[in-house]
Amino acid sequence: MTRRRVLPGLPLSLGITLVYVGLIVALPLAALAVKAASLGPEDYWRIVSSPRAVASYRVTALSAATATAFNLVFGLSLAWVLVRYRFPGKRLVDAIVDLPFALPTAVAGIALTTLFAPNGWFGSILAPFGVKVAYTPLGIMVAMSFTSLPFIVRTVQPVLEDLDPALEEAAQSLGGSDSEIFLRVILPLLTPALLAGVSLAFARSLGEFGAIIFIAGNQPMETEITALLSFIRLEEYDYQAAAAIASVLLITAFAMLAVTNLLQARALRYTGRS
Amino acid sequence: MSTPPSRRKPPRVGDGPLIRRSLIGFVLVVGALLVLSPLLVIFVQAFSAGTAAFKAVILHPDTLHAIGLTVATALIAVPVNTAFGIAAAWAITKFDFPGRRLLLVVIEIPFSISPIVAGVAYLFVYGLQGLFGPALQAADVKILFALPGIVLASMFVTAPFVARELIPLMQAQGRDLEEAATSLGASGWRTFFSVTLPNIRWALLYGVVLCNARVMGEFGAVSVVSGNIRGQTNTLPLHVELLYHDYQTAGAFAAASTLTLLAIVTIIAKVLLERQGAGRSGRPALAAPAPAQGSKP
Repeated sequence: MTRRRVLPGLPLSLGITLVYVGLIVALPLAALAVKAASLGPEDYWRIVSSPRAVASYRVTALSAATATAFNLVFGLSLAWVLVRYRFPGKRLVDAIVDLPFALPTAVAGIALTTLFAPNGWFGSILAPFGVKVAYTPLGIMVAMSFTSLPFIVRTVQPVLEDLDPALEEAAQSLGGSDSEIFLRVILPLLTPALLAGVSLAFARSLGEFGAIIFIAGNQPMETEITALLSFIRLEEYDYQAAAAIASVLLITAFAMLAVTNLLQARALRYTGRS
Repeated sequence: MSTPPSRRKPPRVGDGPLIRRSLIGFVLVVGALLVLSPLLVIFVQAFSAGTAAFKAVILHPDTLHAIGLTVATALIAVPVNTAFGIAAAWAITKFDFPGRRLLLVVIEIPFSISPIVAGVAYLFVYGLQGLFGPALQAADVKILFALPGIVLASMFVTAPFVARELIPLMQAQGRDLEEAATSLGASGWRTFFSVTLPNIRWALLYGVVLCNARVMGEFGAVSVVSGNIRGQTNTLPLHVELLYHDYQTAGAFAAASTLTLLAIVTIIAKVLLERQGAGRSGRPALAAPAPAQGSKP
């Protein structure tokens, strides 16, 4: 079975790949880790557990969780509508789902801020009800929801397309109602893709910077995200603190990456069988 | 309404008119509020001070310089990244070697790392307080707060873009064609250019388009390594921020509208390329051979 005929180009292509990955990706991350480690455990802990840092983790994680929960509902609905229904303008909607990926985050940031500022299109409607979005944690959630929108749609959409109609028909012929079939047949089949999308969206929200800093207000302890705190420490020439806080984001990213890969491996096993 | 009445199959789950209409309505309303209105507000604001003011901002030397710097960055970073993406895809899909899966994961790392972390990390390599900083200063080589730093940071954040489009596709296509070509005496390069490249060209272009959009729009990583020097190291997204913080809202949106046009062109290109079959396999690169759907013979 292993009929081995080796193609040319391994040393060159692998060489380029390793040098590039080494210089562009691994070296900077290693340098950051070394810098953060040079602090020593006590100083490191003092910086990463300072009240301001902890407050930034809280606002970042809570906002990311809320934005992801919103996108779980909206993204799933969007994927469902795009796969299951026909309506005028559907292709436009399908294309526009990618706008948050294509639009530079700084542009998204100033656009959302202008919309939700107290005198903006949405802000002026919400203001009489006492709802403030711009310069509050709510603004961070809006920005995160915008930038992470495509992840869940695009991971669920192909799985929904490939779903075997026979499963639904079988459930229907057994007398299941629509909601029963959705919850007990369709949703379980979508779960691996949903989880993968959720972890991607959540990871992206944790690291998001450009779209958020305009709308957040950036008040320490209240609306300051972790990425911004690292940036601020840098501007204060407190390089070690910047490194320590960035390392927290880095560790979180690696943890999320591990989770995503595990979920993907599981999702593959799932779909590989059908 | 638009559903043909002659469908004989029983309605599928969720096809009832009530659920169907309310779901479509929900999606369209929220989509319009969250995605479409930011797009609209950009152009409304860009022209809020009149066409003349718009022109003045676009033709201002600082804006033109920012555009030039952004294009220069893309002209370097995108081709280098493309070459890397092709090399990585070739190595990973045409050969078996230990650590392939690990390499796949490492290539995808920048995708899940905050751009701020990337910028800070580069500071500790090329900055004065970093690994090579002192040596670079002694040799009078400027990397940070100059074009090379901007290019390097952009290459970091977009490193996976081309590779992740090519790897699943090339994995699905297998090695038979290339093996046949080389066994007939074609050289490696000839095999690549006349056998592999025609099969991956749309996916390659797709990756390049997305990579370019991200490079030109990158904000976080570049804002750390560029130093934000007006008229010198400000890329277009940084210029947008600068104008915005200067309370020149209309100007910021005028500059932003050029980036928005780029985003729209990117999406159109993406749709056109998807019609050629690209991007269907652009799921996470670990998702090995995608199911046969979508890949045209």
